[in-house]
Amino acid sequence: MSDEKPAGCLGKAMKRKEDPRFLRGKGHYVDDIRLPGMLYLSLVRSPYPHAEIKSIDIGDAMKVSGVVAVITGKDLEAAGLGWLPTFHGYDKQMVLAIGKVLFQYQEVAAVFAETRGAAADGAEAVQVDYAPLPVVADPFTSKTDQIILRPDRDAKTNHIYHWEVGDKDKTATALASSPKKIKERIWFQRCHPAPLEPCGCVAEFDAMGRLQFYVTSQAPHVYRTALALVTGIPEDKIHVVSPDIGGGFGNKVPVYPGYVCAIVGALKIGRPVKWIETRTENLTSTGFARDYHMDVEIGATAEGRLTALHVATTADHGAFDAAADPTKYPAGMFGVVTGSYDFPAAHAEVDAYFTNKAPGGIAYRCSFRVTEASYAIERAMDILADELGMDAAELRRKNFVRKDKFPYPSALGFTYDSGDYEKTLGVALDKIGYQALLKEQAEKRARGELMGIGFSTFTEVVGAGPSKHFDILGIKMFDSAEIRIHPTGAGIVRTGTKSQGQGHETTWAQIVGEELGLDPQNIMVEEGDTDTAPYGLGTYASRSTPVAGGAIALAARRVREKARKVAAHMLEVGEDDVEWKDYKFQVKGVPAKSVTMKEVAFAAYTNMAQNEPGLEASYYYDPPNMTFPSGAYVAVVDIDRETGEVKVRRFLAVDDCGTIINPLVVEGQIHGGLTEGFAIAFMQEIQYDKDGNNLNTNFTDYLLPTSLETPAWETDKTVTPSPHHPIGAKGVGESPNVGSPAAFVNAVVDALSPLGVRHLDMPLTRDKVWRAIRAAQVVTT
Amino acid sequence: MKVNVTVNGVPYEREVEPRTLLAYFLREDCGLTGTHVGCDTSSCGCCVVVLDSERAVKSCSMFAVQADGHQVQTVEGLANGGTLHPLQQGFWDQHGLQCGYCTPGMLMTSVALLKRNPNPSESDIREGLAGNLCRCTGYQNIVKAVQQASAAMGVQA
Repeated sequence: MSDEKPAGCLGKAMKRKEDPRFLRGKGHYVDDIRLPGMLYLSLVRSPYPHAEIKSIDIGDAMKVSGVVAVITGKDLEAAGLGWLPTFHGYDKQMVLAIGKVLFQYQEVAAVFAETRGAAADGAEAVQVDYAPLPVVADPFTSKTDQIILRPDRDAKTNHIYHWEVGDKDKTATALASSPKKIKERIWFQRCHPAPLEPCGCVAEFDAMGRLQFYVTSQAPHVYRTALALVTGIPEDKIHVVSPDIGGGFGNKVPVYPGYVCAIVGALKIGRPVKWIETRTENLTSTGFARDYHMDVEIGATAEGRLTALHVATTADHGAFDAAADPTKYPAGMFGVVTGSYDFPAAHAEVDAYFTNKAPGGIAYRCSFRVTEASYAIERAMDILADELGMDAAELRRKNFVRKDKFPYPSALGFTYDSGDYEKTLGVALDKIGYQALLKEQAEKRARGELMGIGFSTFTEVVGAGPSKHFDILGIKMFDSAEIRIHPTGAGIVRTGTKSQGQGHETTWAQIVGEELGLDPQNIMVEEGDTDTAPYGLGTYASRSTPVAGGAIALAARRVREKARKVAAHMLEVGEDDVEWKDYKFQVKGVPAKSVTMKEVAFAAYTNMAQNEPGLEASYYYDPPNMTFPSGAYVAVVDIDRETGEVKVRRFLAVDDCGTIINPLVVEGQIHGGLTEGFAIAFMQEIQYDKDGNNLNTNFTDYLLPTSLETPAWETDKTVTPSPHHPIGAKGVGESPNVGSPAAFVNAVVDALSPLGVRHLDMPLTRDKVWRAIRAAQVVTT
Repeated sequence: MKVNVTVNGVPYEREVEPRTLLAYFLREDCGLTGTHVGCDTSSCGCCVVVLDSERAVKSCSMFAVQADGHQVQTVEGLANGGTLHPLQQGFWDQHGLQCGYCTPGMLMTSVALLKRNPNPSESDIREGLAGNLCRCTGYQNIVKAVQQASAAMGVQA
């Protein structure tokens, strides 16, 4: 057995272990759960964005065949459950409207019935008498405080918070004395993650009075604690299970009113309750993202050396501040807005306001507010290049944080762990054939054709995070792993994270396989069950690999330390004479005398001598720093002058996510993230009209790209491991969504720049591009 | 109303409300939860099944009563015991799935696509799958998966 080949499974393109059940239609999602006697919950929602509730009449609804119960906000308030705390603890959210509604589609009443259809019929029959109130549909109107939206709060203002970071005076001085300056208002539109599986849950109180709660949650342990705090149910009487999740992208982090209603219904009626939101409910009420209006100012020398950055953001948070940010960071990691560039001075501030729109502000496929920050700086760098008459790639290269400056303290307080931005950009320029593209563009411009080349050389900050900075509801943002190795060398790893398609069942097994020299095919991965998994903060903000990935590697090393004692006994030498080399234990200097982990595992249960039996360990990992993945993206577009149609001819993503666990999974994550970035740049927007009506309430109005629109993706990589992460990995799932929108917009604006266009806000629909072309032609002719 | 639908070769005789959609009939009356519902407006294609061995239909846009007397194939009927269908194998080999929610619809649409056109080009595949949304993969590996299956099925035939 000792001559077995080393495992060495890190970096291998292993096919995913979880796939067979999905391919056979045997995935197990929340809506697949049916319990005996289960009721269905349907929510009555407000047609008005802002209105007083004069009365709610449930009489007709109760007469609908199959309807069992109806509850309203008053019922919940009487039970002390009228309001739900939001995750960062700055605000609370009505579970069901009390007194008034604050956004269109707000939850007003909950109807429980024997069938899905009866619940919907019952919801239709609830009569609500509304008296409409004036609507505040944008943060700039909100700012005037002429209408106070939230009289329930102590402070009689629509202003939620002011947050700032950096040196205000130094930045102002540097900007004032800079020979070159640009200033632009850049809006990152409101959009929605829209995972294909909507949010939902099944709640049941079992025979022991214990809550069994199956839910689409990216963070099941946080849900358990939050539910215990909100409902007063002891935490040991709450069992949260996140089964297979059909995509999350941040949408499945917050706790939603439907969940609370399902639990209350199950308790009150004594039967299990299922709530699955419709697509319209998903798009109109759960977890929107972005909606940041960013005033960006950059100062530079005439030669294009950056001197200062100032960003002032007006944030539209909707009716409740339900952005799931860490407690001390109301604007998340927006401080990464200096990007990949060495700014000597910077100052960023965010002011958030209530409006009559749906609550949210969640981190949609990014670390908290990092996409907004990355888009702002990458768009503004192009505007500066335009102002300076410099090549956009050259301006970036000139101002990159140099490789020898890491660990790099940024002007806004982060310590970037590692990066080699110049190398990454170099790979991108070579592979895309930049010089040839420039030549082609010059020829096309001479003929009046519109061709654009757009860059984004972003840096992300992920892996929240060090406990000294980050917590949610006070719970520090560590993560955890527990590993058990069975007698035959198979094993199980459990973590506090929860895959929603990221492939943890494969990649976690690869980390364990690498650390212990075992076959990852026989390392089972289990997540999402709060009874069995160690406490963790969940999967979002690209934190699984940076945090739980570290916990897995360190737990495996603890297993190895225990195994070393058994190996010493087997090899009949002292523990100090045993070394772990080539994926096995060997006597130092005597490679022929060795035992494999598989052999040691068997001995740990059969021949342990004086050692404690068994072979298992756990690790709660508090990362010393965040990780900073980066990338250089290039988009090449052609625009039809007559129709405004943008064709993305090429898109190259060169990512640096540190050590790669599984290149197949990494590439898949990049393809998916680029597609979401493409969608945001060109299609996705949740629009409200001036009266507060949501205009994008289903997939015929909220456009997602299909296989037809989606470009072919080209990918490449550089590898700059994180110096502080146990295996050097940085996380990748979100980089492409963070980095790509700016590359697309920069390419389109570059194409239109001969017409004098300097900036366009997303989404760049054909109509918007056509209008920009028309407007330029009207001016010039 | 009573309906009789043959699903994956097995007859299911059930009493349903006339408004019951085929998607919910399959999921809740037949217990075949591989067919998913993602949008309610027949935009996403998670619920696609194959009707009468040839046509891909969105089962959310058809009533169960309309399927009375017809044959339906769902994702559960695709593998031959322990052997995956070449499309399932292709999706696995090419990493054509991530969260798995769109996968059954993608597979069933592809079944009908390859039946219609056993040797589709990349653009044929992209056009053929345009009624199915995926939020995870960016489609590129799904296209490769269908190409792999097309080649494998050509060899088989």
